[in-house]
Amino acid sequence: MPADFIAALSNIAQPTNFLIMAIGVGFGIIVGALPGLTATMAMALLVPFTFTMDAVPALMTLGGIYVGAIYGGCIAAILVNTPGTPSAIATTFDGFPLTKKGKAEHALVTAAFSSAVGGVIGAVVLLLLSPPLASIALKFGPPEYFWLSIFGLTIIATLASGSMLKGLIGGGIGLLLSQIGIAPLGGEMRFTFGLYQLQAGLSLIVVLIGFFCIPEVLSMIEKKFSQHDSINYKPQKGIAKGIISDLIKKPILLLRSAVIGAFVGIVPGAGGNIAGLVSYNEAVRWSKKPKEFGKGNIDGVAASEAANNAEVGGSLVPLMTLGIPGAAPAAILLGALMLQGMRPGPELYINYGDITYTFLFSLIVANIVMGVMAFYGARHVAKLINLPVSYLAPMVVFMTVIGSYAIRNNITDVIIMILFGLVGYVTKKAGFHPGPIVLGLILGPIAENGLVQSMLMGKSAGSMFEVFFTRPLSIILIILCLVSAGWPLISNLRNKTPDKEADANA
Amino acid sequence: MYTLGGVSLKRFCPLVLVLILAISVIVGCAQNGEEGEGEFNYPTKTIKYVVPFNPGGQSDLEARRQQKPLEEKLGVNVVIENKPGGGGAVGWSELVRKDPDGYYLTGMNIPHIILQPLARENAGYETDQVNPVALFQGTPIGLAVQPDSPYNTLDEFIEAAKAKPGQIIVGGSGTYSGHHITLMQLQDKTGAEFQYVPSQGAAPSLQSFLGGHVDALLANSNDLVQQEENMKILAIGSKERFESLPDVKTFMEQDIDMTASIDRGVAVPPETDKRIIEKLEKAFLEIAKDEEIRAQMKEEGFLPLAMGAEESKQYINEMKDKYSAILEKVQAEAK
Repeated sequence: MPADFIAALSNIAQPTNFLIMAIGVGFGIIVGALPGLTATMAMALLVPFTFTMDAVPALMTLGGIYVGAIYGGCIAAILVNTPGTPSAIATTFDGFPLTKKGKAEHALVTAAFSSAVGGVIGAVVLLLLSPPLASIALKFGPPEYFWLSIFGLTIIATLASGSMLKGLIGGGIGLLLSQIGIAPLGGEMRFTFGLYQLQAGLSLIVVLIGFFCIPEVLSMIEKKFSQHDSINYKPQKGIAKGIISDLIKKPILLLRSAVIGAFVGIVPGAGGNIAGLVSYNEAVRWSKKPKEFGKGNIDGVAASEAANNAEVGGSLVPLMTLGIPGAAPAAILLGALMLQGMRPGPELYINYGDITYTFLFSLIVANIVMGVMAFYGARHVAKLINLPVSYLAPMVVFMTVIGSYAIRNNITDVIIMILFGLVGYVTKKAGFHPGPIVLGLILGPIAENGLVQSMLMGKSAGSMFEVFFTRPLSIILIILCLVSAGWPLISNLRNKTPDKEADANA
Repeated sequence: MYTLGGVSLKRFCPLVLVLILAISVIVGCAQNGEEGEGEFNYPTKTIKYVVPFNPGGQSDLEARRQQKPLEEKLGVNVVIENKPGGGGAVGWSELVRKDPDGYYLTGMNIPHIILQPLARENAGYETDQVNPVALFQGTPIGLAVQPDSPYNTLDEFIEAAKAKPGQIIVGGSGTYSGHHITLMQLQDKTGAEFQYVPSQGAAPSLQSFLGGHVDALLANSNDLVQQEENMKILAIGSKERFESLPDVKTFMEQDIDMTASIDRGVAVPPETDKRIIEKLEKAFLEIAKDEEIRAQMKEEGFLPLAMGAEESKQYINEMKDKYSAILEKVQAEAK
């Protein structure tokens, strides 16, 4: 074991290995920053090369890309309100309002530091706690997934700070949209209007780009012509230092977000997007000034980014211990391991200890490399928004079209993106926050699958009640749901001043 | 409230232009130059090899394994592109609408291409429109129970299911999928009745099994090989004993006359020139017969295959007849 550790460290210290991993991180950041290009795609491109590469550099590079891409998603989220990867959805809530205030660098530095801290915590969890956590992951059966998604839906209460009714309507619309495509049970086609392309259902990324980005671009242009102040950024000295010393004073926030992220990652199928949203929700819930969120609060950015990077380590727990990929990028890593003849499971640590520990340690190093790159890049990246709107708007639109096409190489997705963009523009004007809609879209399939599978289990066991309400983990989740759903009532009773203000980024 | 902030629509003209530009870039990329008439000269430009599933899946990995050797054998670039959706249906629907010029291939999976058009009203394609070039990988489907399960043989398992119809839960991937039809076959041949609980993919169904949420599992051979220690495998759907699991009896050996497998190959649009298919078939079969690649496949728990275009077509037709009969029977019983 210690021998493996030493071998691992010397592997990482090899200049070529380190360099190729750092290039992977940089490449990942760029891909992640472009909406529609995902960590999974970037990693898939590398797979043919891993046939000829040694296991160590191959895995280190793939890990580097994964880490970089999940961070990179925040760049587009902060600058143009578009999650570059779904993991960055919650980053838009406060990241973009900060940019509007001219504090793009504040947001980017916050994201860099929190991502690195969260990522390192997630990687340490993966290194030290994999076996016990993997057995917890297995306890999640269909009923638990159902209750987990119901718990996720309670986040709507936080996101709909403007109007609870609009939030609930939004969530309902999201759930309905998630029904498009093939039914998980029975295999019927639903709401496809006779178009074979819609069998695939809506791609989350395409809807994200439409809902978050297009309305923003249209507003940009509106502002330009109605002589409003446009967004800009002026470099100032000492921002970065100030932000970091601020964040260091909030260890609870970062630690809580990272733990949530890592834990959500461990549950296969719940990705970085859910990790970021749940963590953001808790940051608002435990904050002394919840009303400041959504208007440009760095805590919101920190909560989302620490969680989605911690999720990377978490998502690899079921992969390394059980051979179950918990997320799409983990599936690519599984493929790469198999190509090297390494079977995930206990023998990974016994027979291939040196390679495995090299990979695990390299994830920690990759997160630090990512943090450094992101920290020094923040100032230069922030300058992008100083481009005149007449250049910036067409550039962003061009990217959205290419991005929504690239995700599934499907022209239908581009049309869907534009449609949702126009709908999003109207709903934004009407005071609907896009968050609840997207939340419904993410959680709908998980809830439905959990529900139908549980019902089949109940049918077989002869008791629905037993399947839904008597399993220990389900009971814990049900209690969480009740507490979370009742929370706004509790806090409203405490300060009898209902918030009637319109949400800044609704 | 819904006005454009007093902005005239003219202002949005540049945006519309950019949209048109971006779309034309995509369409431009998607359409390559026209084929010159005259002598047969193929291939002369980049070939697009579409995988109708997500990156990281087995079909995707196999295509990426073939990418480099294909480029060497054909002398042109091969680009892999993922077009996931509808369990492969979106990719196959696109395939059957493409020009048959030999520069657009799509991975094909059996029984998917047979079952989807049978089970759905609008799968977007018909089985016989998917024009096979070669089949190169088989994945026999096996049946496993929990390691602490009271059933040690397939017979015991079947008997138990007859004693308590619908109370034994069998997990698998998808509805009207390879796993689902395998269970239908088993029920049809034995008269036993199980409760099928479908998951959305092989990984989630494996997870359900490892977590003890289902009693038994239908899984592909590669998953069985990987998880051998965590299950008792009662039977496998190959014709002969499966090399990577030498101790597991086939269904046939246990007097149940059925085989079950997911097979992977590659296809071109309908009406493609025979000479093009021959060229592609030769390249794919050479790769499929490559000793090193065969050894890798076995190591990972796959059955290397090497069927050419005609043989694949026959095999698909055989399977189609078999599966149609089962589905008709099941649907008749349901009424």
